[in-house]
Amino acid sequence: MASNTKYYDNLTVSSSPHLVTSLDTTKTMLYVVAALCPAAVMSVLYFGIPALVMIAVCMASSAFFEWGYEKILNKPNTVRDGSALVTGLILALNLPANLTHLKDIEYPIFMPILICIIGSFVAIVVVKQLFGGMGRNFANPAIVGRITLFLSFTSYMSTWPLTRFQKAGLDAVTGATPLGYLADGDLTYAPTLKNMFLGNIGGAMGETCVIAILIGAIFLIAMKIISPIIPCCFVGTVFVFAFLYYAISGSAPGGLSPLYMACFHVCAGGVMFGAVFCATDYVTSPIMTMGKVMFGIGCGLVTMIIRLFCSYPEGVSFAILFMNIMTPLLDSIAQDRFYEIKKRKKAAAAAEKKA
Amino acid sequence: MFFKSRHLNSINAGHHKHTAGSATEVMPVPATVRISMSQNIGAPCKPLVKKGDTVLVGQKIGDTDAFLHVPVHASVSGTVTGIETQRNAMGGMDTLVVIESDGQQTMDPDLKAPVITNHKEFVDAVKESGLVGLGGASFPTWLKFNPKDMDGVKTLIINGAECEPFITSDHRTMLEDAQNVIDGALAVMKYLEIDECYIGIEDNKQDAIDNFDMMFAQQGLNNMFTFPLKASYPKGAERVLIYEVTGKTCDAGVLPADLGCIVSNVTSIAFLGQYLKDGIPLIKKRMTVDGDAVSNPKNIVAPIGTEIHDIIEFCGGYRKPPKKILMGGPMMGRAIFSDRMPVVKNNNAILAFSREQAWIPEETACINCGRCHKACPFGLLPTGFADAYESGNVERLNDLKVMQCMECGSCSFVCPAHRPLAFMNKLGKAMVKEASSNGK
Repeated sequence: MASNTKYYDNLTVSSSPHLVTSLDTTKTMLYVVAALCPAAVMSVLYFGIPALVMIAVCMASSAFFEWGYEKILNKPNTVRDGSALVTGLILALNLPANLTHLKDIEYPIFMPILICIIGSFVAIVVVKQLFGGMGRNFANPAIVGRITLFLSFTSYMSTWPLTRFQKAGLDAVTGATPLGYLADGDLTYAPTLKNMFLGNIGGAMGETCVIAILIGAIFLIAMKIISPIIPCCFVGTVFVFAFLYYAISGSAPGGLSPLYMACFHVCAGGVMFGAVFCATDYVTSPIMTMGKVMFGIGCGLVTMIIRLFCSYPEGVSFAILFMNIMTPLLDSIAQDRFYEIKKRKKAAAAAEKKA
Repeated sequence: MFFKSRHLNSINAGHHKHTAGSATEVMPVPATVRISMSQNIGAPCKPLVKKGDTVLVGQKIGDTDAFLHVPVHASVSGTVTGIETQRNAMGGMDTLVVIESDGQQTMDPDLKAPVITNHKEFVDAVKESGLVGLGGASFPTWLKFNPKDMDGVKTLIINGAECEPFITSDHRTMLEDAQNVIDGALAVMKYLEIDECYIGIEDNKQDAIDNFDMMFAQQGLNNMFTFPLKASYPKGAERVLIYEVTGKTCDAGVLPADLGCIVSNVTSIAFLGQYLKDGIPLIKKRMTVDGDAVSNPKNIVAPIGTEIHDIIEFCGGYRKPPKKILMGGPMMGRAIFSDRMPVVKNNNAILAFSREQAWIPEETACINCGRCHKACPFGLLPTGFADAYESGNVERLNDLKVMQCMECGSCSFVCPAHRPLAFMNKLGKAMVKEASSNGK
């Protein structure tokens, strides 16, 4: 070998593996935003410009709070990973599109925008950042934001604008949601299952259109961003619970069949949206398969108990918050079963005693 | 309980098998070779030669009295110019015998095909050949062929999966040395009284599968079979391969022989077939040279002890300045700090990457997505290991069965937060070992 050959003596060393996937947190969040797009587009179609304004305000204020908090505390900035945008979008789609229909409520004109900003503040600063930021929050930020708004501005948050197709030929601008009709015990004027499936009903702006949510769900499952276990267990539990309840009690309003009522409960309110986009939040749902199953079933049970036996017509967000808090417990139960932790410890203790 | 479905979890790490079509080229003998004395996981050898000695090709130059070892042989003929110490890829210190080649490649006249009549002679011959597991573990092969319970061993599994991206040397072995693979396998089956043999090959190497199927049919070998595996990582890991072929689960620390299997790499078996014919010990190795910093990626055969920069030189030199050079594949290979290191027996690839591809991604916060758990072939929980390691919780590491981890790197590969999970698993395992040795 020639003596003038150049050697490389200062190469980078690192632990294997030396290849990593190109899928990072930012891309994951962008996939979720893409999956939310059909629901967002349908909400703008049904509720018009107010929906668009509210989505923009929520996303922008969420990103701003994330950036500002980390700026003030001199933390590494994570606004680029897009998780704040996802939180803002989910929060917006959980709100009623009440930007201009508030003639009969005594709120100042800027109040709806302020409400969006308050919701974003609670979601990003209180729920996410105060607990340590990305990956450390114990509850879903958007869900807690919605619950806070619901309890603080109840009349605003339970006034449901009609869609532009429902409004045609009517004087009214707001109306009851399907679950509102159900709480009154009369489904005579409630929308048909077909309208509920298409989203031509009153409700929170992103929750109404089942088919848009399903498209998003199929996209997320096909891209392997979420596992289908939690949505399937959640929706399945709601369906089975509703069917059994009406079949056994025979209390379906207007002599409707238990099967119809089961479908009604699945399509009404936030079950589909919550099951696909809120309950599957990585940070606040279990990792182990068995934990996911228990989480989904728990969400479905709590939702139906609130809907059928409590004073609120809708319980999806409370159910998800409740199960978020249960997540560490569910994961530890699942880990114990899967890795046989207690069983092995017992066996080791028994072996020690014998010796 | 670890294994619930017929197939274990695996990941798609990309194949990058750029060199699969390039036939092996024999590298000319370099001016100098530096042969490491510790080329197996057992005891390092002591040099049998001293400065100024003349050595011949195949002459034994390193041996030891320790139980777990294999001898080391000279890969070139020439003069010993020194005995050196150098830091190796593992971080420890190695003794190296430096031989200046005379270019003649004079064979040691004592080398001849071993005469074998029974199992003991077979094991001794394998030991003398210097053979270690060429898949990467460098476990002395003679010990593998000497199981405690000889009658219990029923299956020989030959590992031709080659699941690591980039590497194609096993693939070329199966195409170019197929007869040696068969002869080696038949010898193992004869002396260990094994009934059947499976060659596990990933289905992205269909030509190798077809080639073996054709040869088995031609030679009337009705107890040897190819076993196509889905091309995904890590199908070639010993415990994964055993499960795929036999359906038997193999916990860490259990020898395959206890489950009635012997698993050996296809290149080891091919070497064995060759050795039984001509008696030349393990002095050269087929390896894949690839990576974006190499001008002409190809498969080569190089003498053991050739320095890496000589190999790169043979492959057209560096196209770009290298930033990271790997011995082995990108998933489990070791990054080395200098291209003056010599190749050792278990090298199956030299991969040189430029600054752009050697990029180490920035770590972000765990988002609890569970991809590491889903990617792990054994369903372990790497994110749990990482948390337990960071808080120094040895009990929790044991609860989550950290010792079952085989460090395949699938968890690090899939992590969207780019956390070095496999590295933390290794640290966690070291922590558990230290705690248990302190406890005793």
